[in-house]
Parts: sequence; structure tokens; C-alpha cells
Amino acid sequence: MVKGRQGERVRLYTRGTILGYKRSKSNQYPNTSLIQIEGVNTKEEVGWYQGKRMAYIYKAKVKRNGSHYRCIWGKVTRPHGNTGIVRAKFKSNLPPKSMVKIHPDMDLLAAFCVFSGVKSV
Amino acid sequence: MAPQQRKPHVCRNPDLIRGVGKYSRSKMYHKRGLWAIKAKNGGAFPKHEKKAVAAAPAEKPPKFYPADDVKKPLVNKRKARLTKLRASITPGTVLIILAGRFKGKRVVFLKQLTSGLLLVTGPFKINGVPLRRVNQSYVIATSTKVDISGVNVEKFDDKYFGKQVEKKKKKGEGEFFEAEKEEKNTLPQDKKDDQKSVDAALVKSIEAVPDLKSYLGARFSLKAGMKPHELVF
Repeated sequence: MVKGRQGERVRLYTRGTILGYKRSKSNQYPNTSLIQIEGVNTKEEVGWYQGKRMAYIYKAKVKRNGSHYRCIWGKVTRPHGNTGIVRAKFKSNLPPKSMVKIHPDMDLLAAFCVFSGVKSV
Repeated sequence: MAPQQRKPHVCRNPDLIRGVGKYSRSKMYHKRGLWAIKAKNGGAFPKHEKKAVAAAPAEKPPKFYPADDVKKPLVNKRKARLTKLRASITPGTVLIILAGRFKGKRVVFLKQLTSGLLLVTGPFKINGVPLRRVNQSYVIATSTKVDISGVNVEKFDDKYFGKQVEKKKKKGEGEFFEAEKEEKNTLPQDKKDDQKSVDAALVKSIEAVPDLKSYLGARFSLKAGMKPHELVF
């Protein structure tokens, strides 16, 4: 892969934290995850993010497709509650280890928010 | 002849129920006046001769019968339509590319090609983005516009960007290795010239606007505390 400029980092995505699965008190539904997107604090703000794509990026020991990084893609589906938390569905369910907060491996949830996708700017 | 006004034709044999007519066969014979037509023709129903059918050329039995029944694909009557261009994207708009090698680069939009992709240029001198096609979904349109009237973009279309088909040469054994190493990586000179001619007019209009040149040269990036949903592009 050709690197255009070495060392220039461009971040076009927003970060997020994986909080857990959609759940009630004693049942959880792993097909939908709850995500906290940085900087989003109200239900109304989530509207911009709806439909945007998300990627859960994690590292693995074995190289696949030439990289140690692997990815699970997903989308923001709808807001969850009033304070900006978001429901998301991923191509395959997020692994439970993604919910651990301080993980030595620094697994990222990058809410890629491909800026256009469904909604137009 | 003046167009005849056709009265809506009433059915001669109205249905009592679906499938059951009011009149019997013999009654219908009478109603349709077939007896009168026969009488006019001397007792038999008028026939006309069949047109002579040209003898069809003798068909050979096909050489090949497929082993299994081949399914016929369903008829597809869809027509491709040009991808709708977002209202915010007009020729001369500065776009931010979001993915690929040039992600984050601010780039000038030239025109939409027939495939729906957007034709875009850096300009090359300013930010290293050549004449390139970009998909509308991977782009943010900003409200900054560049004056593009001096640029002639007529000659660019999707074919221009297609892969060059190399003419196949018959290779002898010895030539095999040499022939493959021919110029694969160099851009043909005429493409470089095209780039220069498009950019020449563009760069002039860009330099007329203060700071626009360095704006286009810089990459867009989210920084700490920037909230995309609050940004106005």
C-alpha cells in the first residue's frame, strides 16, 4: 500500500465506547449493541449519526489480509434513551471482551461515520 | 374520413353469473346474424384463401443439446439513471474526500460523469490530487466555491479513466520475461498534459481568493473537541 505522506494522520472518524448489549434487567440481546459516541449528549444530536457506519477495530496475533488489525462493520440504527447513547447493529455481534473499559490491547471502537453514506450534507 | 365516434360497445351476451351467458348458443347464432351472412354467401360461411406461406429454410437439427434445462434469465426492464447529485455539489465546489489514498484532502469538483462518479482535481500542484473520479458517498461538500468557468472539462469521461488495454503481442519463449517489464507504471504524457491544462485555469482563479490555496493544500481532520454533528461545512 502506498503511503501518500508519511506520518500525516488524518482522523475522519469519531470515537465511541461500547457500553454493552441491548438489555433489560436480566436478559440481554447481543444482536444490538449500545454505543456512546464522543460528544453526543442528547437524543436530538443522534439524528446526524443515524445510518452512519461504524467499525470495531481490534488487534489479533495472526495476520489476516496482510494486517494485524481486524474489523467488524456496523451501523448506527437509532438513539437509545435521552442522553445521546446509540443503538448499533454490527455484521456479526460484538464480542463481550469489547466492553471491557481498560483493556491492555487498546481495542478501539471507531465510529467511522462515513460522513455521507445515507444522509446528505 | 372524419374520425368516427365509437359508441362503447354493449356486450351481446351479458353474463348472468361469471361464466354463464344470458343467451344460448343457438340464440347467439341468431343474434350475431350468422344466418344472414350465410344467406348472402349462398348457404356456406364465406372463406378466404390462406396466404401462401413462404417455405421456411430447412432447419438443421442443432448440434448441441444442453444436458440440463437451461433457465432463461428473467427479463430486466430497468433503466440505469444518473446518480442524483446532491444539491450542495455544484461545479467548482470544494469537496473533502473521506476515504482512500487522498482522505482528508480538499479538492475541487469539476463535473459529474455519466457513470455517476464525480470528476475532481486537486489541483495537482496544490495538493497532489490528480484528475480523479470519486464517488459521491465518500465526499463532504463544503460551501466554498471556486470559479471554474475557465476550465474545459468536455473531454473527460469514464473511458478516459479506464484501464488501458494493452495490445496482445505474440510472445516467443525468450521474450516472455522482457515484454512484461515494459512501461507499466509511468503515466502517459498526454494525461500529464491534460492535468496541466485543467489546472492552469483553476490555479489562477484559486490564487485570486486569499488563503484558498493553503486551504486546499491542507488536509481536513477532526481534532479533539470537534463534534461532526455540530460542524457546518
